[in-house]
Amino acid sequence: MAANPMTQFEVYRIGPEIKIGTFDISFTNASLFMVISSLAILIIFNLGSKKNSILPNKIQLLAELSYSFVSKMISDTAGSKAKPYFSFIFSLFMFVLFCNMFGMIPYTFTVTSHIIVTFVLASFIFIGVTVIGFIKHGFGYLKLFVPSGVPVILLPLIVVIEIISYLSRPISLSVRLFANMMAGHTMMKVFGGFVISLGIVGGWLPLSFSVALTGLEILVAFLQAYVFAILTCIYLNDALNLHH
Amino acid sequence: MIKKIFFQSIFFNFFFSKEVFAAESGGMPQLNPEFWISQIFWLTLTFGILYIVLSKLILPKISANLELRKSQIQDNIEAAEKQRKDSESKLKEYDDIIFKSKLEAKNIFKDSREKVIKDINNKKESLENQINDEIKKAEKEIEVVKKSAPGKINKIAIEASSELVKKLIGAKINNSSISAIVDDLSKKNGDKYYGN
Repeated sequence: MAANPMTQFEVYRIGPEIKIGTFDISFTNASLFMVISSLAILIIFNLGSKKNSILPNKIQLLAELSYSFVSKMISDTAGSKAKPYFSFIFSLFMFVLFCNMFGMIPYTFTVTSHIIVTFVLASFIFIGVTVIGFIKHGFGYLKLFVPSGVPVILLPLIVVIEIISYLSRPISLSVRLFANMMAGHTMMKVFGGFVISLGIVGGWLPLSFSVALTGLEILVAFLQAYVFAILTCIYLNDALNLHH
Repeated sequence: MIKKIFFQSIFFNFFFSKEVFAAESGGMPQLNPEFWISQIFWLTLTFGILYIVLSKLILPKISANLELRKSQIQDNIEAAEKQRKDSESKLKEYDDIIFKSKLEAKNIFKDSREKVIKDINNKKESLENQINDEIKKAEKEIEVVKKSAPGKINKIAIEASSELVKKLIGAKINNSSISAIVDDLSKKNGDKYYGN
């Protein structure tokens, strides 16, 4: 059982089965880690904003650095118009980051390694950005699919490509995160399995790989959260500041 | 031999584990829709709560803290700048005062010198005037005395002559005749005796 690298992604019920109508909304291990991640974020940032001293303590510094990091990321990519969406992007970045990071602890569950979770987030972003774009620019938002400075002959092709690329945004966004997390964790599990199967003699090599991979995966966990947030900012930028 | 068994066991281990994968789950658990609704529900719930609490309670506080710190630092810098300017103006004031007082001292010195000189001059002048007055007065007195002197002398001469005549000849002579003679004489010899 331990050798199967995919068992770590299995979702199972914790507690009783809860049903609303025909929908099963039971509390699962995935739900547990969503709750843990959210609670951790809330606790850390609540502690970090509780008292304001001129010289911040460590947790306050952490909260404020994260705040300015996300704030800078948004203003760099989407400009000052994206200010009202700061809270959402901040929550999104922190949620994905914490889910990824909690997944790095052995025997935990990685919420973001499930396509349904990332797809729901990405679709929400996609729909939200599209709605914002149409509210801000009306049907002028469709100009997004017609880049300026393109020869007229190529235009039909370009428009089709642009529409396809726009519509594939939620898929690319969700699959990117899901695939990265799943691949990383699977690989770690596989190398972990090698350690067991090669035993005391040959297990050191995959063990060292496993250690190196842990570092890499922590980097990937941060990077994917960052990429997720920054792509959201870029999509938002398209909707807020129509360049074409 | 042992080595061979070892590597064989590794190989078979893989072989078996692959068999086990296939038997156990049949692919990725992510694609099993059994708990999709549950995941969507809990994601919406947790992320929604997270978003609401962060955006309504925590992020405004962090933002306020950052703003407060920024403004406090700005205030401190401004206060320092103000104090620097104050001290500069105070220094300027001080320099001004020193300069002014120096000038004043100079003026006072000059004034008092002038005053003293004037005083001295005045005193000198008044003294000179006084002296001149005295001299004039004395000269006048002398003049008066000089002027009155011949008359007196004449009178004395008349009295003396009448006395002498009385004693010599025992006769009383009319004063007027004697005075006529004395007058005559004095007029004749006046220049010689008195230098008038």
